[in-house]
Amino acid sequence: MTVRIVDRRQDSKNKSSINRSRFIQRFKGQIRKAVADAIARRGIRDLDNGEKIGIPGKDINEPHFRHGKGGKREIVHPGNDRFNTGDSVDRPLDGSGQGPGGASEDGEGIDDFVFTLTRDEFLDIFFDELALPNLVKRHLARIDEYKRIRAGYTQSGVPTNINLVRTMRGAAGRRIAVGAPFAARLRELKDELERLRRDCPGDPDIIRIEREIASLLARREAIPFIDPFDLRYSNRIRIAQPSTQAVMFCLMDVSGSMDESKKQIAKRFFMLLYLFLDRNYEHIEVVFIRHHTVAEEVDEDNFFHSRETGGTIVSSALKLMLDIITARYSSSAWNIYGAQASDGDNWNNDSPPCRELLGESILPLVQYFAYIEIADAEPQNLWLEYEHLLDRHPGLFAMQRIADVADIYPVFRELFRKRLA
Amino acid sequence: MSKKRIRPIAEGSEWTVEAIERYDAEIGRVAKAYGLDCYRHQLEIITAEQMMDAYAAIGMPVYYHHWSFGKHFLETENRYKRGQMGLAYEIVINSDPCIAYLMEENTLTMQALVIAHAAYGHNSFFKGNHLFKQWTSADAIIDYLVFARNYIAQCEERHGFAAVEQLVDACHSLSNLGVDRYKRSPRLSLDKETLRQKEREDYLQAQVNDLWRTLPRHPAAVAEAEERRFPEEPEENLLYFIEKNAPLLEPWQREIIRIIRKIGQYFYPQRQTQVMNEGWACFWHYTLINTLYDEGKLTDGFMMEFLQSHTNVVYQPPYNSKWYSGINPYALGFAMWRDIRRICEEPTEEDRAWFPEFSGSDWRETFNFAMSNFKDESFVAQYLSPRLMREFRLFSILDDEANPKLRIDAIHDEQGYRALRRALAEQYNLGSADPDIQVWNVDLRGDRSLTLRHFSHQHRPLGPETERVLEHLAHLWGFTVRLETQMPNGDLRPVAEHRSEKRNRAAD
Repeated sequence: MTVRIVDRRQDSKNKSSINRSRFIQRFKGQIRKAVADAIARRGIRDLDNGEKIGIPGKDINEPHFRHGKGGKREIVHPGNDRFNTGDSVDRPLDGSGQGPGGASEDGEGIDDFVFTLTRDEFLDIFFDELALPNLVKRHLARIDEYKRIRAGYTQSGVPTNINLVRTMRGAAGRRIAVGAPFAARLRELKDELERLRRDCPGDPDIIRIEREIASLLARREAIPFIDPFDLRYSNRIRIAQPSTQAVMFCLMDVSGSMDESKKQIAKRFFMLLYLFLDRNYEHIEVVFIRHHTVAEEVDEDNFFHSRETGGTIVSSALKLMLDIITARYSSSAWNIYGAQASDGDNWNNDSPPCRELLGESILPLVQYFAYIEIADAEPQNLWLEYEHLLDRHPGLFAMQRIADVADIYPVFRELFRKRLA
Repeated sequence: MSKKRIRPIAEGSEWTVEAIERYDAEIGRVAKAYGLDCYRHQLEIITAEQMMDAYAAIGMPVYYHHWSFGKHFLETENRYKRGQMGLAYEIVINSDPCIAYLMEENTLTMQALVIAHAAYGHNSFFKGNHLFKQWTSADAIIDYLVFARNYIAQCEERHGFAAVEQLVDACHSLSNLGVDRYKRSPRLSLDKETLRQKEREDYLQAQVNDLWRTLPRHPAAVAEAEERRFPEEPEENLLYFIEKNAPLLEPWQREIIRIIRKIGQYFYPQRQTQVMNEGWACFWHYTLINTLYDEGKLTDGFMMEFLQSHTNVVYQPPYNSKWYSGINPYALGFAMWRDIRRICEEPTEEDRAWFPEFSGSDWRETFNFAMSNFKDESFVAQYLSPRLMREFRLFSILDDEANPKLRIDAIHDEQGYRALRRALAEQYNLGSADPDIQVWNVDLRGDRSLTLRHFSHQHRPLGPETERVLEHLAHLWGFTVRLETQMPNGDLRPVAEHRSEKRNRAAD
C-alpha cells in the first residue's frame, strides 16, 4: 500500500487572518498609539507600506497561575566545567543563567511585542483616526483603475489571442530542427545517386538509394506543419493605472507658535491629501514650502523637524508657491494641489495681500486648495480674509479650523465628493 | 561492506511526489522490520505560510478562533521573516490516520528525515504510550475540533463576539488547572458518526445536572448541615468544577468551558512526555535512516545533509553558552534512548549494577516497555544512567531564597548520581512545575464566594499574574473569589481576593 500524499499548498491560505484581525481588534488602543508614533516617523509619501510596530509585551500575555521568584528550587544544568558538590556561587544578576524557569517563555519577556501590520491594516487605523467616511476609505485603499498591457507570449490562451507570426516562426524552426537529420542524409544520398548515375548507371545501388530517398522524403513530409507545441498566444496583463501627474504644495507656518503636536496634525493633513492624489495620479511631486517672515523650499525632513522663531508673513509662502508654479509646473500637464497649514497668526497688513494673491493668481491655476488653521483661539485676520474666497471659488477652496485630527476630513469633503461622483 | 552496487532511492535535492513515495515505502519497510507499530499515516505538503498557520493553532488543522492565536502567528511570522528562526520542519498530529506535514521548501533529504521522524517515530509513540492511549482518542480528535470551532463560532453569532472572547480568555488562563491528572477521562467519543449528537446530549445533560445540583440542593444544604463543605473533597480541576458548579453560567458557556477543558486534556500527555516523545522520534529517524544507508540505499550526500540537521537538533549547549536555554528535550531524549539500547547490547559493570532488570536484554522489548509505560518524570527517574550524566556533565543547583548564595547540590560523581537523577526527574514533574491550587470551599450559606487554596511547594510563591487570573476566575464564577496559601507547616495566608459585582447585575 502506498502512502497517501495530499498536496495542501493550494488550500486556504490565510487561515490565521481571522485570529490576526482579532488580535488587532483587541489591542487597538495600543496599536493605534504605535501607529501614531510610526506616522510621526514616516515621510508623507510613505503611507502605502505595512509598518513594523511594537506594543508592550506585558499587556498582551495571557496570565496563568505560575510560580514566582523565591522559595526553594533545584535545577539541573548540563556542561559542568568547574563545580564540585558543596560549592557556593553568587546568584547571577538579572536571572540570566537561571535556566528554563527564569527566562520567560518564548524569550519575549517584558520587551515589546513587535510585529508587522499590513498596508491595509495600517491604512485602516490611519483612516480610523481621521474619521473618514467609509466610501472615501474604500476609495483610498483601493487601486481600481487598470489598463491591460502586452506582456510577451504564453503557451496557453484562447484562440482569438493566437499570435500567428510567433506561432509560424516557431513551427518553421521546429520543422527545420526536426527535419535536419533527414535533410543532411538526403543531400548525401542525392550526391551519391548523381555520382552513381553519372559513373556507373545500372548499379543496383541506384534503386536502393532511390528507395531510401523516397522513404526519407516521406518521413520529412510526415513532420507536422504545425503542432500544438508551436502555438503562441499574445499575453496581456492588467496593471494599475492612475491617470496623469500632479504636484502637491505643502505650505506650513514654522514660526515659534507651531509646536510639535500642531505639526503632527498638519502632517496628517498633508498625508491625507497625498494619499488621495496617489490614488488618482500616476506621478506626484511634492513641494515643501515653509515660512515665517520669509519662505523657502526645503526637503521633507527639514519641513517637519526644524523650528524657527520670529513673526509670520504668509504671503511670502504664497508668492514662492506662485514662482515655483511658473518656473516648473506651468504646463497644463500638471494638476496642481495646495495644502496650507498654520496656526492663524499673520502680520496684520499681510492678510489682504494673501487673499488677493490666492484668489487672483493661485486659485485659477490649481485644482484644489485647502487651508487648515490649527488653533483654539478666536479666528484672526487671515481666516477672516480667506473667508471671502469661499463663496467666490466653490469646490475649489476649502478651509477649516481644527483642534484634532478627526476634524481634518471636512476640508477635503468637496474634493473627495467630486472624485467619487 | 560488500561490493553491492549502491542504488540510491532517489537522487538530487529537489523533492517530487514519486520520490517521497519511494522514501516512505523504504522507511516503512525498515520500520516494520524493527517492529514499529504505527497508525496509518498521511503526508500533507504545505507552504511555509501554512506552516505558520498550523503553528499558531498548536499544530492542529482546525481550531477555534481567538486573538491569542493571532498573536502567536504574528510572532512566528515576524521571527521567521527576520530569519531569527527556521520553521520547525515538521508538525505531526496525533490522530488516526496520523497526519504529518511536509513543508514545500524542504529538500528531499529533509522530507525523508521528517517522514522517518514524524510519520514513524512520533506516530508509533502516539499509538504505544499509555498516556496517549488513555487520554486521547486519535480517531475522534479532528471531528471534535471541527465541532468545537463551529460551536464557538455559533456562540459568537448568537451571544456576541465580546462575551465569547472574555469567556475564552478566562478559560485559557485557567487551562493549566483544567486537566484531570490522575483519573482517566472518558473517551471523547467512540463513534465518529454520532459525535455531534452525543455532544448535544452531554450538553443537555449538563444543564439538567446543573439544575439539580445548585438550585434544589442549595437550601437543603443550608438546613441540613451547617458545617458541610462544598465541594466535599477539594477539586484540582478548576475548569471542571466551574463547568459543573458555577451558578450563573448559561448552558452555552458551560459547553465552551468544556470544549477548552477537553482540548487542554488532549494536549496534556504531550506536555508530560516531551523528552520521551521527541527523543523517541529522533532515535528512530536516526536509526531508520542509518539502516537504509547501511543497505546502500542512500548516497553520501544525503547522509551529510541528514547528519547536519540531525546534529543541530540534538545539540545540547552547556550552561554557560549564550545559546543555552535549559536542557534540550531532543538532546536528552535521544541520548537516553541510545543509551538504553547500549545498556541492552553492550552493558558495562556499572550498567549491570544500576540496571539489573534490563541490562543485556533484548533492546526492542525494553524499548517497547519503556515507551508504553512511562512519562518524562518516571522515564528519567528510571532510565537515566550514570554514564549519561557524565556525558552531559550534569550538575544541580539549589536556589534557596533563605541563602544569599546558590549551592551546588550534586554533580556527576558517585555521590551525586541519585540526587541528580531525582532532581532532574522532579523537573519534569508537571505536578510541581505548575502551582498546586485546588478548589477548597464555596460559601453556600453566605455570599457564594469561592475559596481556592494554594498548597505551597518548597515555599515558592505565586507569580505576579495571579491577580489577573483571579479576575478571570471571578468572571466565570460570578461571585467573589479568594485565594489563600497553605504553607508546608499548615499556616494559612490570604493571597488575593477578587470581588465580583456580577450578582447585582444578575439580580435585576
